[in-house]
Amino acid sequence: MPVLARTGNEAMAEAMRQINPDVVAAYPISPATEVVMIFSKFVADGLVDTEFVAVESEHSAMSACVGAASAGCRVMTGTSSQGLQLMSEILPIASALRQPIVLCEVNRALSGPINIHCDHSDTMAVRDFGWLQIFSENAQEAYDSVLQMIKIVEDVKVRLPGMVTTDGFIISHCMEKIETLEDAEVKTYLGEHKKMNSTLDLTKPITLGSLDLQDYYFEHRMPMAQAMIEAKEVILKVGQEFGAKYGRPYGLLEKYKLDDAEVAIVAMGSTCGTARVVIDELREKGIKAGMLKLRVFRPFPAAEVAEVLAGVKSIAVLDRSDSLSSQGGPLYTEVRSALYDAKTKPVLSNYIYGLGGREINLEDLRQIFSEQKSNQSGKIVYFGVRE
Amino acid sequence: MPTLKELVTRKEPLTGGHRACAGCGAPIIVKQVLMASKDPVVVVSATGCLEVVTTIFPYTAWKVPFLHNAFENSAATCSGIEAAYKSLKRQGKVKTDHINFVAFGGDGGTYDIGFQSLSGAMERGHDMLYVCYNNEAYMNTGIQRSSATPKGAATTTAPAGKVIPGKLQFPKNLTEIMVAHDLPYVAQSAVGFWRDLTLKAEKAFSKRGPKFLNVLQPCRLGWDYKPEDTCNLGRLAADTCVWPLYEVENGKYTLTYTPKTKKPVVEFLKVQGRFRHLFKPGNEAIIESIQKEVDRRWEVLQKKCG
Repeated sequence: MPVLARTGNEAMAEAMRQINPDVVAAYPISPATEVVMIFSKFVADGLVDTEFVAVESEHSAMSACVGAASAGCRVMTGTSSQGLQLMSEILPIASALRQPIVLCEVNRALSGPINIHCDHSDTMAVRDFGWLQIFSENAQEAYDSVLQMIKIVEDVKVRLPGMVTTDGFIISHCMEKIETLEDAEVKTYLGEHKKMNSTLDLTKPITLGSLDLQDYYFEHRMPMAQAMIEAKEVILKVGQEFGAKYGRPYGLLEKYKLDDAEVAIVAMGSTCGTARVVIDELREKGIKAGMLKLRVFRPFPAAEVAEVLAGVKSIAVLDRSDSLSSQGGPLYTEVRSALYDAKTKPVLSNYIYGLGGREINLEDLRQIFSEQKSNQSGKIVYFGVRE
Repeated sequence: MPTLKELVTRKEPLTGGHRACAGCGAPIIVKQVLMASKDPVVVVSATGCLEVVTTIFPYTAWKVPFLHNAFENSAATCSGIEAAYKSLKRQGKVKTDHINFVAFGGDGGTYDIGFQSLSGAMERGHDMLYVCYNNEAYMNTGIQRSSATPKGAATTTAPAGKVIPGKLQFPKNLTEIMVAHDLPYVAQSAVGFWRDLTLKAEKAFSKRGPKFLNVLQPCRLGWDYKPEDTCNLGRLAADTCVWPLYEVENGKYTLTYTPKTKKPVVEFLKVQGRFRHLFKPGNEAIIESIQKEVDRRWEVLQKKCG
């Protein structure tokens, strides 16, 4: 396996090159610009068969993706923050039309105030649009997950679009060592894209995007919900197979020293890497600390979360975004709901942190762990914000 | 140019029995444009009357592949299908020699909310034809003003009131804006001129790259006239030079219809309910200003046509 030094953006672009999608339609936005910039060079150098559509907005990017996917193509794009918001009108159309588009999303704070740095508010804002969402801890996971996402979304049980996210700048622009697959391996691994109905099929003309009223709309929404439920198993199967073949297995979530933990955090993305160091330290001091790293946010693996958190006395859920709902961040409310039927309920608190790229370091995480001793359940902390 | 006899033998892309209003001009445009194509067609439509009346699930009036995505993005969506075709063709995965990709949008979806998407798709040079069925207001949502609505027309968002007499602005000249995109073919036509529209569609399909047709579509509901008068209204628009028929082929302007005698705009205005209030005492100046602007635009166009 080739071992390369790559930033998160380069890793995603490399995965795209190897996937060799039929169509990519994209528009620049920090910090995701590089993904499509690097990919355009692959196109210009003739390294891919892709038709690259350099559109005039993210709205048109997702619109063109839907058009291309309707023709039975393997289609990809990349964006971030405001770009994802501009796409957001078309995101639920892509999922309702059951188009397996894959989007490389680089997490960035939402305007306003305008800010180009990492938090998860952009991805969280589109969490209920019928897209699968996988978060990455580092560039390696981003690379692996982009490849897996193609397989997952094209599975007939799923046929929903999906996004793989990295944390803006923290992963997207930091160079790491990654192991990649050989080009030929990727080709074999993914296989040919199996098209279902196609707007290019002239012998069997289809009408796609019909007006769907009171008598059918509900029946067309229900299978989407079912596909989201079934996606869990597909994600697991694809992640395990990937592990068996290439030595890096993936699941819906990852337990880090969680089995006997008394105090734990739940987190997503790059913060999990920092947390591992702190947990190791605490363990050396005899404190039973652990972490639940959530990889898949949509579909939300509620039963699995409840199962692995059973028995932990105190849990802090770390949200890198705020839902402004007065009920805490989106990850917190999901975890809290997942634990509703738990036999022994933990003390569950919420730490909203790192908005707009505010750094979270070892000392911050030590503090969050130490506060668990005295936390009341339901406590919502805006961590590190100045008064 | 096919004869009418030949045209009727071609396969209809759109069946009858759809839900358009009696006298609706939009299906006339769709049929005349698509039947001018000798190659297979793939159609994209913006949200609007056309999509609503032809696709209510589980029925469809379309006998050709059809995709509706959203309101403002039929051009971008169509550009995506065209890109897909190019890619698959290059990879040898599609065999069809040539497909005409056609995007439809009303004036709201074209002049206003879909303007950026249209401009982008045309600039990128996709091999597609964009057809605006221009009925001069947001008819699907109940006759709201758009930038294509003529001055003086009453709409539900620019109503004729005691102080404000309908829309205050002249319509945006979108056809000229599309000419400024330096496309191989841009043309204006109208319902009521089947030969003119068929010929223009045929010409557009004969060229590779982005093409634009702006077709005036009288709307019996929004313009407020009797359903049987749709084609007459289209002809009256051309005879008064409110809506001149012309084409711009690789930058060269040609008038495709010159009225024998240019009728005063009043002839066009007085037969439509949307202009009824203009004929009340005190509104003479508005009609005068409309005539003046129509004359000015007509002169400018005539000069361009040489």
